[in-house]
Amino acid sequence: MSAMDPAEVFRQEASELFEVLEGALLDLGQCPDDRELVDSAFRALHTIKGSGAMFGFDKVASFTHEFETAFDRVRKGEIKPTQELISVALAAKDYIRALIEDPQSTDDIIGEAILDDLKRFVSADKPAAPVVEAPLLSPPESKQAGWHLYLEFDSHILRNGSNPLDLLEDLCKLGPCFVVPVTDGIPFLDEMEPEDCYLKWDVKLHAACTKDAIDDVFMFVQDEMKLTLSPLQRVEALAPVPLFQLSEEEPVIAEMAAPVVEAVAEQPVARAKPQSEAKPETKPEIKREAAPARREDGKQERGIATVRVQAERLDELMDRVGELVIAQARLTQLAASGSDLSIKMIAEEIERLASSLRDTTMGARMVPIGSLFGRFRRLVHDLSRDLSKPVEFVTSGEDTELDKTMIECLADPLVHLIRNAIDHGIEDTATRAANGKTDQGRIELAAVHSGAQVLVTVKDNGGGLNTARIRAKAEEQGLIAAGAVLTDHEIHQFLFHPGFSTAQTISALSGRGVGMDVVKRTIENMRGSIDLSTRPGQGTTVTLRLPLTLAIIEGLLIRVGEGRYIIPLSAVEECVELTAEDERSRGRNFLNVRGNLVPFLRLRELMAASGAPDQHQKTIIISTGETRVGLVADQIIGNHQTVIKSLSKLHSDVTIFSGATILGDGTAALILDVAQLVSLAQSKFEKQHINEAA
Amino acid sequence: MNGGLAGEQQSSAMQVVMIGLGEEKFALDAGLVREIIDPVPVTQVAGARAFVPSVINVRGNVIPLADLRIRFGMPQLDNSADTRIVVIEIEIDNEPVLVGVTADKVYEVTEISQADVQQTPRVGMHWKPEFIRFIAKWREEFVIVPNMERILN
Repeated sequence: MSAMDPAEVFRQEASELFEVLEGALLDLGQCPDDRELVDSAFRALHTIKGSGAMFGFDKVASFTHEFETAFDRVRKGEIKPTQELISVALAAKDYIRALIEDPQSTDDIIGEAILDDLKRFVSADKPAAPVVEAPLLSPPESKQAGWHLYLEFDSHILRNGSNPLDLLEDLCKLGPCFVVPVTDGIPFLDEMEPEDCYLKWDVKLHAACTKDAIDDVFMFVQDEMKLTLSPLQRVEALAPVPLFQLSEEEPVIAEMAAPVVEAVAEQPVARAKPQSEAKPETKPEIKREAAPARREDGKQERGIATVRVQAERLDELMDRVGELVIAQARLTQLAASGSDLSIKMIAEEIERLASSLRDTTMGARMVPIGSLFGRFRRLVHDLSRDLSKPVEFVTSGEDTELDKTMIECLADPLVHLIRNAIDHGIEDTATRAANGKTDQGRIELAAVHSGAQVLVTVKDNGGGLNTARIRAKAEEQGLIAAGAVLTDHEIHQFLFHPGFSTAQTISALSGRGVGMDVVKRTIENMRGSIDLSTRPGQGTTVTLRLPLTLAIIEGLLIRVGEGRYIIPLSAVEECVELTAEDERSRGRNFLNVRGNLVPFLRLRELMAASGAPDQHQKTIIISTGETRVGLVADQIIGNHQTVIKSLSKLHSDVTIFSGATILGDGTAALILDVAQLVSLAQSKFEKQHINEAA
Repeated sequence: MNGGLAGEQQSSAMQVVMIGLGEEKFALDAGLVREIIDPVPVTQVAGARAFVPSVINVRGNVIPLADLRIRFGMPQLDNSADTRIVVIEIEIDNEPVLVGVTADKVYEVTEISQADVQQTPRVGMHWKPEFIRFIAKWREEFVIVPNMERILN
């Protein structure tokens, strides 16, 4: 089962690396001076090359090698990454992806053309004078006889499959090495972990190679080791000087080589940056200035050990946990009806375990939405170029977590929405200028938690929806009668009508009227909803409201007549008793909760419950966002871990239930759809208001 | 229920599960039937269409329980010792859906041959003709082979 196709493993790994590479390249377009970004792009390229060669993707390896060579000059700071260069680099990235995913359909000529472009850019603006950093990166080789290295690996490095001896062998290929193992870290035999690495190495490399060449040897393990490197002078250095340290917190290659004690007077010092000039004897430990916060996060994530798990196994695990939760509910019910104390204790213990197991399993399925947002940056970049509409793309709430299945389902709808926003929403530069707006349009993609829901919004600062045109189109298509009285909101709903498009011309991107209806259907299939709001001349905001999870929720079990129902606990605000006064006001369906009027629904009426109502009716106050609504039930039974089972197609016309679950006694119970109930109560409430006002 | 056998003999004979609804006998294509279970507690679904008034739990799945008697305008009898739920799998919008069907009695699994098939009479029937695939003869009795996809859509 675990024997996966190695090529498949490479493909998976490569697709993650492509994301890193693409992100870094796009970021580089924004801040071309960020060396960290260049390094991360370079690392991704290097890994693709290395693993590609390892898994027999020779074409990938050779192409990437060329790419890397060209890009190396950017890394050395010799040329600036311009927008054009980044566009070519992105094309090169796409070509490598194609080479990996579908080698048959790729054409060598395209690859060569891309490489030519790349080389042209890279060689075109060769600076007249070398940039100041360049000599620092590779200290004058003539003056040195080699390098002195001190290698200290993390003790668990062997478990990750890295072999320090192989690395040393690679090092030897650079030139004659004098390797001395340092054995003082070896513990007593009985304390020794056979899988740990206790040895350290002191290496003198007698070759005039660059520091980069040495870094390349250790590229794959640099997070798991400490490398101390100092140039070997003709006169032996007294002690190794920690020039730069590679550690978990700051795995950054220091940019400067600092001299050993004897070399103080040598030229590199004179060129070194001020802080090392000031006190060269204090073993200058050079760190880069703090990178932007976002990058820092990325670094920390890399430190955390992760395991690749097949998605199906997670789904299976979730199913098993669902079954366990149902079985546990039965046990709890059985224990509660008996009088055996020890059984009750065990039941409680299992309930606790099942609930934490459920949380852990759900947590394992949660993915930050940022992984999805990253993909759209390329989309915006390309669209804005193709349509010559400069667009600023801003994302927020990348760390908002959603169930992985939902993230996958969200990709297509968001592509549609972003395309629409750029193609229809953002006006062209001339129109923007005429309306006194800045040249650059702005698309905001945001995700935020709101109660039991996650709101994903796509907001543009374009021209807004043209209500009159939508209306005209709807009349033309015979969807409404001419002159019918409709609110703007109702008119906007036609956008979700299949085959509806107001675009004057059909562009390559949109205008065929396929899309918004698909978006709506996809979102509704996820038990979410979609809102449109627009302000003429200022832009449009599309809000997707999505449930947090599709699998298990905490629920409140209630009884209405004979039937039992589940209300998602996250929507419940409070429970109050329906007072006799509220009870009397039959005609007026709202109650007074600490001075606020809250409309309520009698579930008994809604569910057509038989039998006499309970003497003391309870009201459960639920809310979605700002709106609060009361639900009147006969009895509140208590908490219930609810495994959501969807209702079949035969019940797809029933809107007040979002699903069903199985109770401890094996019967099915229905889950109330909070959003639907709230809008139902609201509309009743408003009608009543209108009636009263009339 | 041997699916392979049923398939081979499709041309000449058809394996069916014979169930009783009120006074009538219906023959359900055995290929559709997944299992036959004793009655279980049902959960009413408010606002659902009359012929699928409730859901039941079958081995951890919540499935709709259809009442063909309502579709055919028959009186609903209370559950008796003979009442069973026949779980069938049908396609709705190209997706397989499990549906429970209440039967007042389940007789047997049997074969009806194509030779016994009668054309659905256009007149003299108080049922919608599209609900019926055909009418067959079985032991000198007429039995209805219902079109479950149509009935449940």
